[in-house]
Amino acid sequence: MLLALSSPMLSHYLLTGAVLFMLGLVGFISRRNMIQMFLCTEMMFQGVVVSLVAFSAFHGNVTGQTFVIFVLTIAAAEAALALGLVVLLFRHRRTLDASAWSALNG
Amino acid sequence: MTPTLIPWIPALTAGVIGLISLFRDEWNRFAGALCAGAIGLSFLLTLSLWPSVGSGVLESGFYDWISFGSGDNAFHVGFSWFVDPLTVLMLLVITGIGGLIAVYATGYMKGDPGYWRFFAYVSLFIFAMTTLVMADNLLLLFLGWEGVGLCSYLLIGYYYEKPTAVAAAKKAFIVNRIGDFGFLLGIFLCYQHYGTLQISTMLDRARETLAAVSHGHGVATATDLWIPFLLMVGAFGKSAQLPLYVWLPDAMAGPTPVSALVHAATMVTAGVYLIARCLPLFELSPYALPTVAAVGTVTALFAATIALTSNDLKGVFAYSTVSQLGYMFLGVGCLSTDGAMFHLVTHAFFKALLFLTAGSVMHALAGQLDICKIRGLRHKMPVTCWLMFAGCLALAGVPLTAGFFSKDLILGDALAYAVDHQSPLFYALTFLGVVTAFLTAFYTFRLWFTVFMGDEHYEMGDEHHHNNGAHAEGTEADHAADHDDHAHEPHEMPWIMNGPLVILAAGALLAGLVLHFNHGITHAVDHSTAAPFVDAAHGGDHGDAHAGEHHAYFMGIDAHVFMQILSSILAVAGVGLAAVVFWLKRDIADAAATRFDPLVRFARHEYCINEIYGATIVEPLRRLGALFYAVDRLIINSIMDLVGFAPRLVGLGVRPAQNGRIQSYGLGMVLGVAVLAVVVLMATSG
Repeated sequence: MLLALSSPMLSHYLLTGAVLFMLGLVGFISRRNMIQMFLCTEMMFQGVVVSLVAFSAFHGNVTGQTFVIFVLTIAAAEAALALGLVVLLFRHRRTLDASAWSALNG
Repeated sequence: MTPTLIPWIPALTAGVIGLISLFRDEWNRFAGALCAGAIGLSFLLTLSLWPSVGSGVLESGFYDWISFGSGDNAFHVGFSWFVDPLTVLMLLVITGIGGLIAVYATGYMKGDPGYWRFFAYVSLFIFAMTTLVMADNLLLLFLGWEGVGLCSYLLIGYYYEKPTAVAAAKKAFIVNRIGDFGFLLGIFLCYQHYGTLQISTMLDRARETLAAVSHGHGVATATDLWIPFLLMVGAFGKSAQLPLYVWLPDAMAGPTPVSALVHAATMVTAGVYLIARCLPLFELSPYALPTVAAVGTVTALFAATIALTSNDLKGVFAYSTVSQLGYMFLGVGCLSTDGAMFHLVTHAFFKALLFLTAGSVMHALAGQLDICKIRGLRHKMPVTCWLMFAGCLALAGVPLTAGFFSKDLILGDALAYAVDHQSPLFYALTFLGVVTAFLTAFYTFRLWFTVFMGDEHYEMGDEHHHNNGAHAEGTEADHAADHDDHAHEPHEMPWIMNGPLVILAAGALLAGLVLHFNHGITHAVDHSTAAPFVDAAHGGDHGDAHAGEHHAYFMGIDAHVFMQILSSILAVAGVGLAAVVFWLKRDIADAAATRFDPLVRFARHEYCINEIYGATIVEPLRRLGALFYAVDRLIINSIMDLVGFAPRLVGLGVRPAQNGRIQSYGLGMVLGVAVLAVVVLMATSG
């Protein structure tokens, strides 16, 4: 147990990733503000990315880390696009509340 | 080839008229000329057929209509013709009278919006009717039979905007269905019994049986006894005899030329033709022909009493048609097929004439049909007046007119038959026939004196009839003027309408004289299948079938001479009485009508026959229909509604899931993944 505290093991990293992911998920579900929701999705990304890096390091295989670089790149592009969308949506309704866009209800 | 052309020329014409009216509105006005021309051509072809048929039979095939099976089970029905003198006689009546009526109709229907439709129907009718009389097998005959029924339906319902016309058309069609059902069963039975529907083969077989029976070996089977009764039902339906007569008086809702052509001269005589054509089948059953004669005579008297009281111009002629058809059935019933056919021909002349002149009166008076409101038209419509007079003379059977000779041939033969067979039934029928003859003379001239004699006084009808169309279009100037005339005064008809009537009138007055003395009809009938069966062994050859009956004596006088004298007296007496009552001393008529008011009303109301049918047949059927409707609404429909309701119910349940909020979808997704994860975990660990 001490050893576990002094030298981090795979499970610690995975736990960190899972906590990040769950925080993002809960935030995504409970928030209405579109920017906050967007940030939450980013947080879920990071949770997954942490897991990937951890696996990569422990298996001595760089594929996971390479993958993470790509994910970060694409996430950056996606962030630009998503924020642009959010601005457009805001212009239409003068609000950031996602529930303003529930016209597709049954 | 010639026989094939006779029906197909009108059939093609019907198609052509229908097609051109589809493409060019301005060609519609040629429809009448086309139709009349086609019928005229058929008439000429029929005339050219006469020498080649002579006293023999011309059989010709057109194509194999129905053909299946092989060997003993083979069933072949050809679209082929059997033309004997009886057929030619019918064809001459159909195309000859039909052509004249078509010419009249070109004038009568002028300006009607359905001008082309009318002539297309008439052409089609001529096709069906000629097919009916030329058919060499019962199935083809049935095709023509149904075809004329259809055309009758279409033509009665010609003014389809009038509810009465539509109701009358339906009534005619449905009542005829009853008769046709019997006819169809008769055809089935014929096929089962004879193994063929070929009329000539069937009749040969029937004659063999007759000969065997008359020689004392062999008997008619039960089927032989039943076939004529079933065929008879069809004949009674088509020819408007009791108890199926009810459709004919209503059928007058159609245009008047139709009443003349379909419901007086041709179609309604199809029943008489059928019995004449299949006479040997009827002779096989000892009860069939007496039944035919009895029904015919009772109908004749029955219809005559209604005609006596009717105040409807066309209604009187409609009932008199029913009555005269009854005479024809009496004729075939006492084996006087030549008398029946003779009366058929003369009746076609004078009844067509009467209907068409009635049409002229109607046309002149804007659809007025109530004879209480038409008086003394002789100055306004002199030609029509005397044309109708000619027709009335013939219908009344005044000596030397056509109706006199033909009716007396039937009554004389009936009396001779009664004397020969010492049959009380036929004595009674002859007596009823004579009474009817007197009534006929009386009611005919009641109408004529009322309409044309006495002080001039008339009221116009409320319809503007069919000239509406011309008026609305406002096309030709003369037409508009014609219409203006209309609104004010009755006027004489143009010669395009009166011309054919003059020919018909000549026929009504003279045809009887000519045909009586040259024995044309008797000759034709005796060389056809309508000749009564004469046993070769008992003397008398086929060509002399009626010879035996011509020498029956009644009270010391030849039956025919006796009947001629008696009915001459009665006809003249009837006309004279009508002249006194309805012209010279009208107050007698009014007093009598008041005195017997309930009786007159009862008869005018057709003895409540329509009400009785309504209560016993129509109303129960209507109730049954209402019941079925209720079952359909309540049970079948609720089940169907339930089936339709189930998806809606499911939708109602799951609709909240689709609430349009992205968070909910996210939650759903997460829960789904969670469930899957649990499942996978349990699966891998277990």
